[in-house]
Amino acid sequence: MLLFNSFLFCGLLCGIAQIILDNTKLTPGHITSIFVVIGAALDSFSIYDLIIKYVGGGAMLPITSFGHSLIHGALAATNSHGFVGLMMGMFDLTATGITTAIIFSFVFTLIFKPKN
Amino acid sequence: MVIKMKNVKYDRTADLYKADEHRVRNFFLAFLVGGLIGFLGELIIEILINEFHISRSDASTFMIMFFIVFASLCTALGFFDKWVTKFKCGLLIPITGFAHSMTSAAMDYKNEGPIYGIGSNIFKLAGSVILYGVVSAWIFGMIRYLIGVIS
Repeated sequence: MLLFNSFLFCGLLCGIAQIILDNTKLTPGHITSIFVVIGAALDSFSIYDLIIKYVGGGAMLPITSFGHSLIHGALAATNSHGFVGLMMGMFDLTATGITTAIIFSFVFTLIFKPKN
Repeated sequence: MVIKMKNVKYDRTADLYKADEHRVRNFFLAFLVGGLIGFLGELIIEILINEFHISRSDASTFMIMFFIVFASLCTALGFFDKWVTKFKCGLLIPITGFAHSMTSAAMDYKNEGPIYGIGSNIFKLAGSVILYGVVSAWIFGMIRYLIGVIS
């Protein structure tokens, strides 16, 4: 069931983004930024946690999950550190994704020659 | 004159139809490819949990790492761009789009040197995602925290 939900949720998000891209003048950069903000907004009242519970891996892959994990880490740190926790815990959960992306894109850029 | 008008009208109608068809096809392509990526992500998580007996959060971390490495490698090898022009948002909205934007920006400016080429341009496209993500998460987090403090 989680597999089917993942297919449906991730596919629908991509489809909505494609509709926005085709019918407005927004570029993919605009759309991904909007989706990150939507993800952060959804998690400020724990709605995205519910989605992850019922959808599983399909909800962790779209870029909305990036905004979700930013605010989720920040709020988790406020429990132990108070207001400063918002800054301390911001990158707690997304650190893996960002670090992996930086390291591997740098290494692959050094290894491979650009085409054309 | 009449024939010319007819031709113009005909072309316009044909264009409308063509665009609509492409929109519908684009939507279904993005839906299918994006759905397939989500399906694969959940499949990888379940295989890791059942075969290697690790926790769900660890498994999802490995899954996200796998997709980032895969997208970076395909972009560096040069065939991810063709897929993106074909499937567009199906590949740009999942985390593969984030990795693709970083690697392609770094590849484009590689010949301008390691500092002013790769270093200052690697976040050219992905920077906006991080900037607006952090700012919005900070604002929403502050609202949520203040509500928690008051009540």
